[in-house]
Amino acid sequence: MSPALTTDKADRAEAAAAGAAGPSDSSGAVRINHVHKAFGRPGAAQPVLDDISLDVRPGEFVCILGASGCGKSTLLNLIADLDRPTAGTIEVPGGRPALMFQEHALFPWLTAGKNIELALRLRGVPRADRRPEAERLLELVRLGGAYGKRVHELSGGMRQRVALARALAQDSSVLLMDEPFAALDAITRDVLHGELTRIWSETGVSVLFVTHNVREAVRLAERVVLLSSRPGRVVREWAVDIPQPRRIEDAAVADLSIEITEELRGEIRRHGRH
Amino acid sequence: MAGTETTGESPKTTTAVTKPDGTTEEPEKPGKPGNPGQPGKQAGQDLAGLEAGLDALDAVQIRRTSPAEVLVQKVLPPVVAVALILVLWKVLVWAKVTDDYKLPDPKLVWDALEQLWLRGELFDIVWTSVSRGLFGFLIALAIATPLGLIVARVKIVRAGIGPILSGLQSLPSVAWVAPAVIWLGLNEKMMYAVILLGAVPSIANGLVAGIDQVPPLFLRAGRTLGARGLVSARHILLPAALPGYVAGLKQGWAFSWRSLMAAEIIAKSPELGVGLGQYLENQRNNSDMPGVLLGIIMILFVGIAIELLVFAPIERRVLRSRGLLASAR
Repeated sequence: MSPALTTDKADRAEAAAAGAAGPSDSSGAVRINHVHKAFGRPGAAQPVLDDISLDVRPGEFVCILGASGCGKSTLLNLIADLDRPTAGTIEVPGGRPALMFQEHALFPWLTAGKNIELALRLRGVPRADRRPEAERLLELVRLGGAYGKRVHELSGGMRQRVALARALAQDSSVLLMDEPFAALDAITRDVLHGELTRIWSETGVSVLFVTHNVREAVRLAERVVLLSSRPGRVVREWAVDIPQPRRIEDAAVADLSIEITEELRGEIRRHGRH
Repeated sequence: MAGTETTGESPKTTTAVTKPDGTTEEPEKPGKPGNPGQPGKQAGQDLAGLEAGLDALDAVQIRRTSPAEVLVQKVLPPVVAVALILVLWKVLVWAKVTDDYKLPDPKLVWDALEQLWLRGELFDIVWTSVSRGLFGFLIALAIATPLGLIVARVKIVRAGIGPILSGLQSLPSVAWVAPAVIWLGLNEKMMYAVILLGAVPSIANGLVAGIDQVPPLFLRAGRTLGARGLVSARHILLPAALPGYVAGLKQGWAFSWRSLMAAEIIAKSPELGVGLGQYLENQRNNSDMPGVLLGIIMILFVGIAIELLVFAPIERRVLRSRGLLASAR
């Protein structure tokens, strides 16, 4: 045993104890360590997230499930660095994660293609490479002909696919999704579930998907994490080992959904008692 | 194979299904159960076809209006309205509701215009005012844009001069003519000062309102894409605020023109040359009622023409590109 190795090990142990492992640590795409978040003035602060610890492995698809007030969106904002935790640490070794919202959030003054090119430009992609890359991403979401389309000329499902392409344009190893399909009709949502599963397996991106729809979570995820409400805590986790491609109507999806829904309802009932 | 398929010609066992998007789907081959690659591919093709169908059904149809429709819906109504006003005017003259010197025949007003044209003064009078108005407007634009940006984004500046800026909008710019003459004398400078005092608050307020109405979601989306500070202002904030800014420009032009006319009517000096305002005032002094009415009509006409030729197309373009125009739905 060389002395150099010992020091290295000791350093790592120290870093891990402090909850601040360096980016060299490749064991997680997202590492959330004992995160607390409260809003309001100190003293009268309302806790929103309470001691959340969660790791997303590289290439993993995790769904965060919870009723209103579980702090799902707050958690995504913290991971996306749009807000800071009150306590605890969040590491995203692969750099700034991409974020997709419930609303498409496409810029209406740009075409579909230019929306994607703006993301590429802000990432530092040279001008000459932007157009081909934007067209490749549109092909990926099966919207090859939509480059010159304005946002208002696209349907709701098409807008979310362009938004997905724009998020992928950030070339981030982590994709955060904040109820991206909640506002879509059931048929379109079903199709986009299929598309997301396909794109996830093609790109190998890690996905952290927030939803209040249990079946959606079971349809998509490798792992479902249930959060309690007010404040948000991790209640339970389920590994979903139903093989893909799944369908939302599959019996196995339904069975697990029933089990998770029961647990979720129990969590919600707890709030009626006091 | 796509497009050539006709039932009966091709053998039934190898019929390929041609889908609307042009992809050809091979039928499932019997006797090959449990092929691991096949179900996924099949599902993927199903999905692509389904998606193409959905996109076709959901596609938003943008209907462009034809020139004939534009003529009937946009050009005809104002022409008819003007014709009706002329007819009403003529009828009132015929009916002799009032004295001739108060309400002259429209023909006399037309004659006054003809005289101006024949004397070669018409173009000079109009151009004197229009060039002043547009030049003053451009200076106002250059001052008001940075001012509006600072007021919108810097809290303390907003608290300080925001209310003054909106208050100035309600102050009639005629009020500025007297002090402007005393400070600057009877010259072009004084004209521009009055235009600026009218137009700058209006344009700046338009920009502030435009920035205030930018949905926070756009700024959040911009931040997740990596746009902060000036980069965010350039790529997100300013383009998002453009509709409000353009509305402010339109109003700014109206204020420029009104202020200029007030200044021209009140301030008279041989140095200043004759613009539309001075022409109106001169005709009043000559008790030339057809000339007075002609002056008013020309001031109105120029205001409308600039709005229609310059600002309306800009506004339409901005709104249409964002799907904010009713005709684009």
